[in-house]
Amino acid sequence: MAFEGLSERLQGTMTKIKGKGKVSEADVKDMMREVRFALIEADVNLKVVKEFVKKVSERAAGSDVMDSLTPGQQVVKIVKDELTELMGGEQSKIEFSTKQPTVIMMVGLQGAGKTTTTGKLAGLLRKKHNRKPLLVAADVYRPAAVQQLETVGKQLTIPVFSKGTDISPVEIARQAIEHAKAEHLDTVIIDTAGRLHIDDTLMQELKDIRALKEPDEIFLVVDAMTGQDAVNVAQSFDEAIGITGVVLTKLDGDTRGGAALSIRTVTQKPIKFIGMGEKLDALDVFHPERMASRILGMGDMLSLIEKAQTNVDEEKAKQLEEKFRTSSFTFDDFLEQLAQVKQMGPLDEILKMLPGANKIKGLENAKVDESQMGRVEAIIYSMTKQEKTTPEIINANRKKRIARGSGTSIQDVNRLLKQFEDMKKMMKQMSGMSSKKGKKKMSMPGLDSLFK
Amino acid sequence: MSFFKKLKDKFAGNAEQEQSTEKYKEGLEKTRTGFTSRINDLVAKYRKVDEDFFEELEEVLLQADVGFETVLELMDELRYEVQRKNVRDTSNVQSVISEKLVEIYQAGEPELNEIKFADGLTVILMVGVNGVGKTTTIGKLAHRLKNEGKSVMLAAGDTFRAGAIEQLDVWGQRVGVDVIKQAAGSDPAAVMYDAVRSAKSRGVDVLICDTAGRLQNKVNLMNELEKVHRVLGREIPGAPHEVLLALDATTGQNAMIQAQTFKEVTEVTGIVLTKLDGTAKGGIVLAIRNKLNIPVKFVGLGEKMDDLQPFDPQKYVYGLFAEGLDKEEEMEEDAADK
Repeated sequence: MAFEGLSERLQGTMTKIKGKGKVSEADVKDMMREVRFALIEADVNLKVVKEFVKKVSERAAGSDVMDSLTPGQQVVKIVKDELTELMGGEQSKIEFSTKQPTVIMMVGLQGAGKTTTTGKLAGLLRKKHNRKPLLVAADVYRPAAVQQLETVGKQLTIPVFSKGTDISPVEIARQAIEHAKAEHLDTVIIDTAGRLHIDDTLMQELKDIRALKEPDEIFLVVDAMTGQDAVNVAQSFDEAIGITGVVLTKLDGDTRGGAALSIRTVTQKPIKFIGMGEKLDALDVFHPERMASRILGMGDMLSLIEKAQTNVDEEKAKQLEEKFRTSSFTFDDFLEQLAQVKQMGPLDEILKMLPGANKIKGLENAKVDESQMGRVEAIIYSMTKQEKTTPEIINANRKKRIARGSGTSIQDVNRLLKQFEDMKKMMKQMSGMSSKKGKKKMSMPGLDSLFK
Repeated sequence: MSFFKKLKDKFAGNAEQEQSTEKYKEGLEKTRTGFTSRINDLVAKYRKVDEDFFEELEEVLLQADVGFETVLELMDELRYEVQRKNVRDTSNVQSVISEKLVEIYQAGEPELNEIKFADGLTVILMVGVNGVGKTTTIGKLAHRLKNEGKSVMLAAGDTFRAGAIEQLDVWGQRVGVDVIKQAAGSDPAAVMYDAVRSAKSRGVDVLICDTAGRLQNKVNLMNELEKVHRVLGREIPGAPHEVLLALDATTGQNAMIQAQTFKEVTEVTGIVLTKLDGTAKGGIVLAIRNKLNIPVKFVGLGEKMDDLQPFDPQKYVYGLFAEGLDKEEEMEEDAADK
């Protein structure tokens, strides 16, 4: 691959510096050059990169860093702090109006993901803030945009206000706000058409919609894959209509998302949400410090723990730990595990959140195919009760039967059995490790190949 | 005669050529003012070609999304060229830059920017990540091919995204071609199978297949795409004859990974660079052509039905540097007047 991830590049440099007892100015300069390359390759705006590098260099050259016992670590901390700062410091909350209804406008370029995000946002506001949203189909230009929003509304069972494509978007928005008042819907989310920031006519239309009732939030929806141009787009939209925040979409891709770093610095507007998938619940609140941590490869444990807490039964987790320790982990438990992991979301996303996960050999390229999980499940379902608890009894004949029953091959069954054994061994090692605190090299046999 | 002049003369005298050059100029208005004015500023700022000049030029190119590796290569070649030709004045370096840009496009195999038609039914598969403009491009392409006298049929293979089938349907009506579709949520490979069958029985020339947008790191979705590709090939040997990857010109360096991954899965034969009228730059084209050797076949230069143009590297660079050309001409005229 032509590119390494931003976190990999930074990590490489960090490791070099971390090991040093003394950090010289030349060391800092070296590292900063790497940081600069990495950030530019990650599509961070060039001006922002320059500023960032300058700031970090200055702080890193300060005497409190040089004289400290662990200068390398200090530099890493500075990079992380500044990166967090760059992305907006504290997490920022959504504004609601005291006077009903709250009006939210979604704006952005074509194909950024406004309509999908509109739906996701409505679902999130209903679930987490107990709002009653109304979606407004104000994109009268793109073919079938209205139908798209209607379908999204139907999927979420959230009302959609649409008046076809013959009325002006401004009029549609006006009527929608009236409608919301009459129906006691407290949050109006207006999905506007995608437009170029240089299209004066269409920008004027946004200004007109905005003039109806001062929106409480104007969200600029930005594709996370956007290059250097992200800053121009954000700036133009901000100057024209005054955005209040940014939603970054398609962050579940493998983009390094430099746009996220740039937009905040240039517009001073916070990134409020991030789109993490195509499903309608795949919208997360943006946490700058977690993102910085993730970029630096320090893992996003907080998000992982939060996800686990909402999805994993604590009692069951305790039982499972007990089973690991006593090595009485069976295929039934394995199935349960699989189901829980699936609930938490795409597996590769979860893996990425583990601290150091991108350092585990083979895992950086481990693309997880969820359909493979189905096959693993099928094999386990084809086992008898006895086979699941004592896999040792599975002989050649039984393997043949299991393979036939699950529509797989004997090799597949063998592979799973082998991996299951490896996993048991590893689990035992891991639970033993935590008590001894030994610095044994951790390896996860089979984990990377399990779902390939 | 200067490089610009040669380019312009090449396009002059041919009405059709000129018209499409105009489209480029129009569509690239923003790109040009962004990119060229920066280069002009540079030239004005630095009288001499020295390291400072190169450093700033490097930044201009980086900000145009050209990409780090390509920029470094280009800078090396420029330094060499400047030395070789003994260019001292920055105003002369401009033509060297544009020459190099064109050269990068034309490295390797000659550019094939037209659709390869099969003897019988030609199948075109459109792929790409979410929101790059696949469906819109299909609409424009269908319009283009129909105008060329081909009978065209569309297959609504995006069964996932809400409203995608309806969107293609509207385009079908606008252009006046049939759209083969199934219910939302059905298997895209099945839609393709259906579409190929009816395209064969109705004897159309070209079948253009839409697919759902997918991020290239989603393995199961890429597998699905591979299956679609396979099904087409099984029904008609050699199909799909063209696999066009739609790339959003505003995309940064990730576009390269997109091109690479989609190429591995579906043997992409060409790129459609969309939304080129909007982005201030467009330098990613350089990097893609340079690294992956996938030809850019079309560019999307607007929202109208006829805003899809075959990609022409010379015209593209001409569009980028048209400002410089006009200035050069003025200067020559001024000189002639005296």
